Amino acid sequence: MTNFLPDSPALVANEAQRVSVAWQPPWLRRFSRARLPFRDLSYRFKIPFSVSVVILVTALIVSAVLIVHSYQYLRADLIANAESLGKTLSRALTPALLRDEMWQAYETIITPFDAPGDLESDRKTVVVLDAHQQVYVSSHPRLFRALTPLAEVSDSHGELARIVAQSASGAPFVVEGVLPNRIVVAVPVLSDDGIRLGTLLLTYAESLFLPRFWETVQQVLLSTLIVLAVLIPLGWYAGNRMVIPLLGLTRAMRRVGSEPPSRVGADLYLGGDEIGQLGRQFQAMLHELENKQALERQMIMSDRLASIGRLTAGIAHEINNPLGGMLNAINTCRHHGSADPVTARTISLLERGLLQIKETVSALLVEARLESHALTREDLEDVHTLVAHEAAKKQLAVRWYNWVGETVALPSTLVRQVLINLLLNAINAASAGGLVTCDVRVAEGTLRMQVSNDGRHFAPEQLDRLFEPFASDSGTGLGLWVVYQIVQQLRGEIRVSNGPPVTHFDLSFPL
Amino acid sequence: MGPDDTKLGARAKQRRLMLGAALALGTSAWVGRSAAAARTVRIGTTAVILEDQVSFLDDWRRYLEQRLQGGAVFVQRGSYREITALISNDELDFAWVCGYPYVANRASMRLLAMPLYHGKPLYQSYLIVPRSDGVTRSYADLAGKLFAYSDPNSNSGFLVPQYLMLRDGLDPQALFRKTFFTYAHRKVVSAVATGVADGGAVDGYVWETLALLSPELTAKTRVAVKSPEFGFPPLVARASIGQRDFLAMQDVLVGMSADPQGRVLLKRLNLDGFARDDPKTFDGIAEALAYVSARMRLPQ
Repeated sequence: MTNFLPDSPALVANEAQRVSVAWQPPWLRRFSRARLPFRDLSYRFKIPFSVSVVILVTALIVSAVLIVHSYQYLRADLIANAESLGKTLSRALTPALLRDEMWQAYETIITPFDAPGDLESDRKTVVVLDAHQQVYVSSHPRLFRALTPLAEVSDSHGELARIVAQSASGAPFVVEGVLPNRIVVAVPVLSDDGIRLGTLLLTYAESLFLPRFWETVQQVLLSTLIVLAVLIPLGWYAGNRMVIPLLGLTRAMRRVGSEPPSRVGADLYLGGDEIGQLGRQFQAMLHELENKQALERQMIMSDRLASIGRLTAGIAHEINNPLGGMLNAINTCRHHGSADPVTARTISLLERGLLQIKETVSALLVEARLESHALTREDLEDVHTLVAHEAAKKQLAVRWYNWVGETVALPSTLVRQVLINLLLNAINAASAGGLVTCDVRVAEGTLRMQVSNDGRHFAPEQLDRLFEPFASDSGTGLGLWVVYQIVQQLRGEIRVSNGPPVTHFDLSFPL
Repeated sequence: MGPDDTKLGARAKQRRLMLGAALALGTSAWVGRSAAAARTVRIGTTAVILEDQVSFLDDWRRYLEQRLQGGAVFVQRGSYREITALISNDELDFAWVCGYPYVANRASMRLLAMPLYHGKPLYQSYLIVPRSDGVTRSYADLAGKLFAYSDPNSNSGFLVPQYLMLRDGLDPQALFRKTFFTYAHRKVVSAVATGVADGGAVDGYVWETLALLSPELTAKTRVAVKSPEFGFPPLVARASIGQRDFLAMQDVLVGMSADPQGRVLLKRLNLDGFARDDPKTFDGIAEALAYVSARMRLPQ
């Protein structure tokens, strides 16, 4: 609908709102410009990428924790196993040490070396020390010669022997950091009455649990990869889903200016979240923009019509003065008469021409004839009668609704002129055998008239110049111009709702 | 096990109970035993043979049962002394013992058969050292070292080394820093191979047989000294054995080399066969024992 009324106050409020939407605290602006990498990257990538990064980082942290935990667990497990094995061996060793059965002691301590090649490597060794920290028997006799002091093996073994000698308790204990890269579990060998017969030393290279550790690492990494293989596509998908409304909004915003606002915001996402709110806000803004554009168009039109009005009034005034003089002169000439038939014919010709000019000018310049009587129901019925003949020529149906009962405080001549012009236009535009409707009523202190017709409607470029004089190529070209001027004089309002299928002219005059 | 076996087993148990009663009464011989028609012979084995695996003894038992027309049971014990004690107490019918316990206990055993090794009922005691030891040529070279014997009742694994050392003027009890017993010849080889001991005394036949079966083990050792030949560990019968049983068993053993099944078993033992008893074969051991026991106190 095109509204030809000046300013609506809503527009001002909307401008203010738009300003407040664009505002951002300076620190945030600085942050968003300076700190974020990939600032210019589309959210289509940024959000899925961020989700993926979060998944990746989480997976890596969990894996790292698992790996560290498994390392500690395997190490603790090794020590626990060694202690348990040491206790078993030490109980079995007690009789051998008591009876000095060296071979039995040897056979006892090599029982844990069941895998082939175990005794060839020194990653795991078992040494039985006697009460004086002297090797009694060992799983690796070439490294730990029987009957030689442990301290003679190496300096660090000397330190180990000192620690063993100092330990008074009968409980197993762990010695770490004395032998390079080796964990030693020392288990005292006690007789039944608690006398310490010797000490069992189980020594493990830390590399022993590394194969199991790498196995765990591989398993953890494999699980992580599987989890990532599932989660990253899911995260990417979820991230994309999140971004789609935003992308829609962005696309719509980019179309502003190149397309009519009503088309731009048609398929926006309007959920309850922030993007949905943005979408709604954007639609509201588009709506305001549309209103504003309509208003601007209307103001331009009003301005132009006013200019035309001033121009025509000025011209009419300038023409009317000499015209009046010339007509007076012709009258005078007739009174004083002249028998010259040629002159008489010429004067008559001049008079007809001048009268035609006067008619045209007075049509251009509609002047309020305030002396006309107030509008009555019968004035309107006269109009019905006047146009009925024209309508009948095109076999049109005229629906006539005259709701006016009392006298209306408006100049009847002008209102009737308006109604006649509109009805004649409608009859002219209606298709043959079509329908013209007229509805006149008084409501809320205004006189409302609506004239509608089917058939032809106005082209957009026609609509812009609808009320200008000589804009139309049918009729005199002054009908709507006259309507416009009368409405202006009576401070009324015109709305045109352009079909198809039906074209409405709505007029309202304040009383 | 068939029903017959169960019966035999029950009878054997009954016999052992009666035997216990007889011993309690102080009787050394037990009569009436030979009256039993189908008997189970009990044979003790020691580590003098290498093939102490269950599978071999099972096959041999089946062979003996078939040839003897009766039951046979192998009894294994951890040391020589236990088997010696069992046969001395008539708790075994036969036993494969070392020459030394046989010589020391001739009164309670009767020589049954002598295994033939390389055609002779003789073998040697080896002094072995780790392969890495390239210098040892005699017992004296191992002074101050760790030494492994097999069994205090073994001839080759204990008595012979004592004899040789004493003959060389060495004191076996002072020569080494420390000695220990492994109670099996094979374990002496292991002790030397792994380096637990710096040297060991081992049955030469066992070492040679091991060299065929587990060359990777013997390859870690070197034979430093081979003793003179002594009587091969014999099969003996309890002193109270009946002549018929004695001869039946002796015939079976001697006949083994003559039949294919027996030859298969002998091959697994790395032996050529069995010879009939000739107590003179063990004179060498008797001499060594006399020589050693005159100069030191032997462990029991």
